[in-house]
Amino acid sequence: MGAKRHFRVWRGDETGGDLQDYQVEVNEGEVVLDIIHRLQATETPDLACRWNCKAGKCGSCSMEINGMPRLGCMTRMSTFEESETVTVTPLRTFPVIRDLVTDVNFNYQKARETPAFAPPEDLAPGEYRMQQVDVERSQEFRKCIECFLCQNVCHVVRDHEENKKAFSGPRYFIRAAELDMHPLDAKTDRKDYAQASMGLGYCNITKCCTEVCPEHITITDNAIIPMKERVVDRRYDPIVWLGRKIFRRDQLSEGDGLGMSGLPQADGHGAEHKSGVNWHREVPAPQVAPVGDDGKLPISEITFDRAGGPSPFGDDVTFPLPPEGLNYAHPDRDK
Amino acid sequence: MATRIERHHYDVVVIGAGGAGLRAAIEARLAGKKTAIISKSLFGKAHTVMAEGGAAAAMGNVNSRDNWMVHYRDTMRGGKFLNNFRMAELHAKESPSRIWELETYGALFDRTKDGKISQRNFGGHEYPRLAHVGDRTGLELIRTLQQKIVSLQQEDKREFGDYEARIRVFQETTITELLLDGNKVAGAFGYYRESGEFVLFEAPAIVLATGGVGKSYKVTSNSWEYTGDGHALALRSGATLINMEFLQFHPTGMVWPPSVKGILVTESVRGDGGVLKNSTGKRFMFDYVPDVFRKQYAETEEEADRWYTDPDNNRRPPELLPRDEVARAINSEVKAGRGSPAGGVFLDVSTRMSADVIRKRLPSMYHQFKELADVDITKQAMEVGPTCHYVMGGVEVDPDTAAAAGTVQGLFAAGEVSGGMHGSNRLGGNSLSDLLVFGKRAGEHAASYADALTARPKVSTRDLETAVETALAPLERDGGENPYTLQQELQTVMGDLVGIIRRKGELEDSLVRLAELRDRVAKVSATGGRKYNPGWHLALDLRNMLVVSECTAKAALEREESRGGHTREDFPTMRPDWRRVNLVCSLDGDKVRLEHKPVPRMRAELIQLFDRAELAKYLTDEELAEFDALAEEAK
Ligand SMILES: Cc1cc2nc3c(=O)[nH]c(=O)nc-3n(C[C@H](O)[C@H](O)[C@H](O)COP(=O)(O)OP(=O)(O)OC[C@H]3O[C@@H](n4cnc5c(N)ncnc54)[C@H](O)[C@@H]3O)c2cc1C
Ligand code: SF4
Ligand code: SF4
Ligand code: FES
Repeated sequence: MGAKRHFRVWRGDETGGDLQDYQVEVNEGEVVLDIIHRLQATETPDLACRWNCKAGKCGSCSMEINGMPRLGCMTRMSTFEESETVTVTPLRTFPVIRDLVTDVNFNYQKARETPAFAPPEDLAPGEYRMQQVDVERSQEFRKCIECFLCQNVCHVVRDHEENKKAFSGPRYFIRAAELDMHPLDAKTDRKDYAQASMGLGYCNITKCCTEVCPEHITITDNAIIPMKERVVDRRYDPIVWLGRKIFRRDQLSEGDGLGMSGLPQADGHGAEHKSGVNWHREVPAPQVAPVGDDGKLPISEITFDRAGGPSPFGDDVTFPLPPEGLNYAHPDRDK
Repeated sequence: MATRIERHHYDVVVIGAGGAGLRAAIEARLAGKKTAIISKSLFGKAHTVMAEGGAAAAMGNVNSRDNWMVHYRDTMRGGKFLNNFRMAELHAKESPSRIWELETYGALFDRTKDGKISQRNFGGHEYPRLAHVGDRTGLELIRTLQQKIVSLQQEDKREFGDYEARIRVFQETTITELLLDGNKVAGAFGYYRESGEFVLFEAPAIVLATGGVGKSYKVTSNSWEYTGDGHALALRSGATLINMEFLQFHPTGMVWPPSVKGILVTESVRGDGGVLKNSTGKRFMFDYVPDVFRKQYAETEEEADRWYTDPDNNRRPPELLPRDEVARAINSEVKAGRGSPAGGVFLDVSTRMSADVIRKRLPSMYHQFKELADVDITKQAMEVGPTCHYVMGGVEVDPDTAAAAGTVQGLFAAGEVSGGMHGSNRLGGNSLSDLLVFGKRAGEHAASYADALTARPKVSTRDLETAVETALAPLERDGGENPYTLQQELQTVMGDLVGIIRRKGELEDSLVRLAELRDRVAKVSATGGRKYNPGWHLALDLRNMLVVSECTAKAALEREESRGGHTREDFPTMRPDWRRVNLVCSLDGDKVRLEHKPVPRMRAELIQLFDRAELAKYLTDEELAEFDALAEEAK
């Protein structure tokens, strides 16, 4: 028999609800979902919660545990102190149905809006030939279990209902990236589409999505940034060079005198840039980090290593910028 | 009627959104039928998502000697010759095309050096045969089919301006009753889990693809969905179930920590080099190779180890025996006191492969043990033991059309819910390909059945009212028992009395206990309202679990031999005369009736794929004489 521990679980539906207190037995080796199940089997048979596999494979049991978006079945009780109260709440970005169950239809709608795989016309079934190295990049994204934790954590839609229409979210950015990198996909405009119709530009690479992904998919570095990088050929996206600077500096070689090191002319896209940089045509409105009703920054507090929200320019950028790092191209130049 | 019921009209309704259901729906939609897909959980989360190892198809990409005939032989051997031969034949012949087709839907399997789909070894398969994606093949399969359905919806959107014009997914919707017009299927009744509101689908053709029954067992790799709904729906509408005594206990489930007991450790761990050891450190599987398999398996550790790199000149390690054999072996070791601390045995890869290779080849196992048990499988051995995994039995179907046998018309079944294909024991990897092959067939034939009807069957209001009453009963009843308590008791009865090793006395006892439970389940009550109320949902599932468990227990008592997924301590050997018998369950009122039916006889050209010495282990003398006569003729 394990010891009793203190749990708080949000109970209610779209009309309202609150956190309720429970003392529940916890045994060695148990996960949060086990505790929910114990509650169902004892005190609260009608406590609503989704689950299927109990092994982190189906992505059903998404919930927020002490404010952190997680899979209930993959959160071991041993990660909490014995005396710690464990608070379990439903995903905040989606409308609540009852208790821990939310209406995740937003995601299925976005899935539908993302153009499907376009098979190559000249190949019959059985004739597909692809090298392992070439499929691996897409395979990383196909590991996605559709738990929607990344969708839930993304500040663009978390508490911003108004952005939902235009923004597909990280889950569908990796879907677009997956198809873009698919060796045999016959559609060639995946990146443009992501930029034009999926709201890729809203993403300012806060990396919260990567942080919460239970499959450890490197959503930002491997999908979003490459997608953004390549759409800049035609469209300006301010976040790209910041993203490079902030997150991928380790991948740039030392001492190549970059100054504002992520600048386009330095990152290997040389050929394009010589022929005219078309970066600065649409000046983007910088995005203010959103705050919730309580005046606080929502998730960044949990996933960031410092207080306050991330700077949309990247936290290690100080102003003024060194002059050699500034870039400007007159709109006329690439007409 | 006071209760509001939402009504929908479809040509084909597919119950179940796993591999079989989705493949059936795609086919029905491609045949131009207005199709609905119904599932208890969210779209893309069905059980198929959990399959790890791969999908078996004799594509011959890794070993060019592989072909459908070899696959067919392996399947029949694995099922101990009780399989419906025609299903095994269709399966072996058609699975390569079904896998290749997935690539045109966007699937990305692991590749061979020359760019083809890579194939891996698995228990019971003579050659590397399982198309796979790391150890998350089921996820790839279901996601691919899900995305194909989305692409069909996008087509409809372009053509009709509506994504759901011809194919619609009703997720988190449970079907509790099939409604008939005479003997013809007329519709399916159920509720939305979310709101608790009722819904009626009127349709002339229904495909059951509801998966298995494992949730009736205490230790299982199956999720809450596996309550045998499809099996029970079929029975209640006049269809028959076969082979219900055969349950597959997967030899390697996690045994520690207690809360994850039963969760699967994929067979690829063994296929890729993992070995089983007891508490004395001995590789005990060498002691458990049964005579029928003696010729195909290595006798020394050295030979077994050489096989991984040189399979053509060595015999395979006994760790790769069919699942039933390995499960029994582990059971015996534990009983003999040579088990691990948590009551299993050790499965070790840490001493066999480098940490990098382990992480690369078994990523989700690495992850699973790390996260759930805090065990690093690159450094430590895993503790494993048998877990209830798969039900071979299911709806008796016509092999070519997947139409359910019995009195009902318009009912089709595919996937785990159907029976016959795997005989008494399923080979790993044969399920995923089974889903595709027979899912497609079921969809196709459901569509043509709907086409051929001259008049649409009608749902009667009486039936509908009864269905509503039955569904509401647990909520309206006070003072009955908690459904969770009853489920636990049922699981205990099945686990203890109708488990891996069965005995006459215990089976008889189980029937008595099940009858008691039946009375208590009839009085179960659920608290709370209709909105997303898992207690109510379980209360409704219980009667399905119960009737299916009864079929299993009855058939297990009847079959006086041991074969595949059915082991009788009191009849420890396989008996050729029993090989000719299928046990068929049907419902008579609310009583389960059991009948003997002959197993269909293999066609001449198929039986001649085997050599006589092998057949001699399975067939009766009479059958062997016929075989000899055939061979004589062929000369
Ligand atoms: C852990 C694990 C690993 C496995 N690994 C492999 C493997 O490597 N290779 C292999 O070949 N096989 C494997 N299997 C077996 C294989 O995954 C299953 O047999 C197969 O996925 C079953 O598919 P299905 O389409 O029949 O049903 P499922 O995928 O289980 O789908 C059933 C569907 O029916 C729905 N449903 C059920 N009842 C109702 C109802 N009353 N109303 C509405 N909807 C309902 C469910 O919601 C679900 O959508 C594995 C199984 C498990 C558990
Ligand atoms: S990086 Fe941040 S803004 Fe971009 S998708 Fe991920 S969570 Fe959203
Ligand atoms: S990308 Fe990761 S976090 Fe997002 S839905 Fe997929 S598995 Fe979940
Ligand atoms: S229950 Fe499947 S991921 Fe948690």
